[in-house]
Amino acid sequence: MAKEYAKDFSFQELMATAASRELKDHETVFVGVGIPQLGALLAQRTHAPNLTLIYESGVIGTRPARLPLSIGDPTLVSGTYGIFSFYETFSLLLQRGFIDVGFVGGAQVDKFGNINSTVIGDYQKPKVRLPGSGGGCEIAGLAKRIIIITPHEKRRMMEKVDFITSPGFIDGPGGRERFGLNGGPSAVVTTMGVLRFDEKTKEMYLDTYHPGLSIDQVKQNTGWDLKISPNVKETEPPTVKEVEILRKELDPQGIYLKKAVT
Amino acid sequence: MLANEEIAVDVMMAVEAVQKFVRDGQLVCFGGFTHGIPFVIGHEIIRQRKRHLAVCKETPDLLVDQLLAAGCVDKLMFSWAGNPGVGSLHAFRRAAEQGIPHPIEIEEYTHFITGARYMAGASGLPFMPVTTPVLSSDLAKYSVVLKTIDCPFTGKKICLVKAINPDLAIIHAQRADREGNTQMWGILGSNREIAMASKRVIVSVEEIVDSEIVRRDPNRTVIPGFKVDAVIEEPWGAHPSYSQGYYDRDNQYYIDYEKTTRTREEHEKFLEEWVFGVSNRKEYMKHLGAERMLSLKTKSYYSFPVDYGYFG
Repeated sequence: MAKEYAKDFSFQELMATAASRELKDHETVFVGVGIPQLGALLAQRTHAPNLTLIYESGVIGTRPARLPLSIGDPTLVSGTYGIFSFYETFSLLLQRGFIDVGFVGGAQVDKFGNINSTVIGDYQKPKVRLPGSGGGCEIAGLAKRIIIITPHEKRRMMEKVDFITSPGFIDGPGGRERFGLNGGPSAVVTTMGVLRFDEKTKEMYLDTYHPGLSIDQVKQNTGWDLKISPNVKETEPPTVKEVEILRKELDPQGIYLKKAVT
Repeated sequence: MLANEEIAVDVMMAVEAVQKFVRDGQLVCFGGFTHGIPFVIGHEIIRQRKRHLAVCKETPDLLVDQLLAAGCVDKLMFSWAGNPGVGSLHAFRRAAEQGIPHPIEIEEYTHFITGARYMAGASGLPFMPVTTPVLSSDLAKYSVVLKTIDCPFTGKKICLVKAINPDLAIIHAQRADREGNTQMWGILGSNREIAMASKRVIVSVEEIVDSEIVRRDPNRTVIPGFKVDAVIEEPWGAHPSYSQGYYDRDNQYYIDYEKTTRTREEHEKFLEEWVFGVSNRKEYMKHLGAERMLSLKTKSYYSFPVDYGYFG
């Protein structure tokens, strides 16, 4: 059956759908609230029914009855199949290598996929003090692959981040290997498109741009000379069914679907 | 080792527990992870105007933000300082960005590093080895708790995280008996590790129960009574955070807090209303109001009993 695409959708719905399509059935995914959680829950209701959702609060295999408002929401607990302590979550799950995919976000992302969620300006004299790593650094370093979610603005998509909180490819080829890290970022889902990383240079390039936007607009909103895939095309829109699941089942109050992506 | 006269656990009020166990300048660890943030003891610390505390908490949450706003804290050790699911912690940002009300020392970790510090301290080890990506992060440049060595077994580089042994752990749980045997369910955070790592432990609970209730379900115990110095029975003691099965998180409170604490003056007004303006938890709950409390009560969702077997 041919897919029936939605005609009317928001960029939040498009981002959640794009995030969902990055996930495969039977994978374990470390999620946070917002777009990542919507993406993972959408995947679970469509092509990946056996996706295991794990939160850094230690909740494993959750199927929340309502939309969780934080990574420690009590709805994550009721009906989940397991709960690990804080230390166990990071050591027995993440360090031991059981996480296939991790979602990471931050205030700044650079062309090698490094993420800053610590500070704008100088670390010891911060202009803006951000929340810090949380689990971000370990998720980015130890999950088998990473999906980055970010608004697409010139001041946030930059040549070099002010501070590396969570590692992408660090300074390019061989960057992760120097620190004994495998994996790395595989996709960046932004408010303007989906970006991926060149296998040789480890630099981010534009793979698809969201419907209604031009490649030039994406380039203008990127803080370095963004390379474009030779096969660049429009991002696949959400289907009617995906939009319906997002609006009616997952986020009927529009808590994340109507909120600015941060 | 505990001295002889200290073996008995005292059931007491929050006010006494803070008078008895919290001293200016101590290293204090707060438990909870979104779930079970020990607000009842934290507010008492603010009311008793404790000073120069070093506070360690992986997620400082609203409680540590209030301790910062009240000027109780000189040093903060943490890995994620935000209003969970909502936004910024404004007192934390004022302290870090502008030194208001006074400059604080910041020692910053990742979540795994915080957890490893607790686990090393709880295990009686000087450090915990971890394979951590933190060495690739700029955080490593400023860290005083990390060392790298060549692993004596594999020869590969491995990171060592320094143990932490706080003076005091402050924890909120669902229930305990009079001996201090403390039980939790839901998100456990680091409660067991910080209790075992700390010299003293204060626990507030939703209810004190008969010892038989604890002994009928020993797998649910997170802290053994011999490690607990004081037990405080304080229903709703974790509000505005939640207690699994007792009440939900007061999300509106977290949202309002974000909006009403953006300046130092607003923050002081907030503390006046919710901390200094009430003398204990009962008055705090009265101020919150019955209607709000009712709206936070959760529907029941019981587990099935398990059979441990009887050998008498």
